[in-house]
Amino acid sequence: MEIVKKFFFILFGAFMLLCAASLRPFGTPTQSTMDEYMILNSQREAACNNVVASIVFDYRGFDTLGESTVLFAAVSGIVLLFRGALD
Amino acid sequence: MSKNSKIVEIAAAMLAAPIITFGLYIIAHGHLTPGGGFQGGTVIATAFALLFVAFGKKATDSLRKELLVALECTALLGFIGLAYLGLSKTFFFNFLANSGLLFGETVSFGPNQGLVNTAGVIPLMNIFVGVEVSCGLTIIMLLFMGRDKSD
Repeated sequence: MEIVKKFFFILFGAFMLLCAASLRPFGTPTQSTMDEYMILNSQREAACNNVVASIVFDYRGFDTLGESTVLFAAVSGIVLLFRGALD
Repeated sequence: MSKNSKIVEIAAAMLAAPIITFGLYIIAHGHLTPGGGFQGGTVIATAFALLFVAFGKKATDSLRKELLVALECTALLGFIGLAYLGLSKTFFFNFLANSGLLFGETVSFGPNQGLVNTAGVIPLMNIFVGVEVSCGLTIIMLLFMGRDKSD
């Protein structure tokens, strides 16, 4: 049993080291056409200086709608759970 | 709810107004600086948490749950309605940007002076999301802290 544990430990460690060695260098994404487009065009298209805000509320607004709906659902659940508590 | 000392109550009352002002600043400048509706709304909810902890039943009784629920629903509906208003092109289209109307000034590429009157619907959506987040978190804290019926 002990030898099996050691074998799997060494196998897992080798796998992790292999993964770490095959990482690409820091700061070099594989696909950067989309973020370059947003950085270059958000001030012209959305008239917004903050590129993050222009992505969150303009380019990816549907995602923000989902986020606020999640918060609304959480508040609705808590109000349902505590109904009659303050009355 | 336990009684707090006068020092705690007065310190909380003095700190609440600057915290709410800072949250409103973060919401209003969401399209210029880091932050936005979610972050600013959370800061405003923090001020209410401070008041609830310091004043106890006195603070939780002074807020109506129905008013907060109505404000939150109105803000979420306003957010979705703003998204629908851009439907002439797509859902969530920024129809106010570069139009010269409200928040409609153009922005030059690169570093500029950073006017508040820019970015189209993004500041309006920040305001709606800020109201929704602050009211939602305040409702949660109100229900968790104000349900003690004794004393």
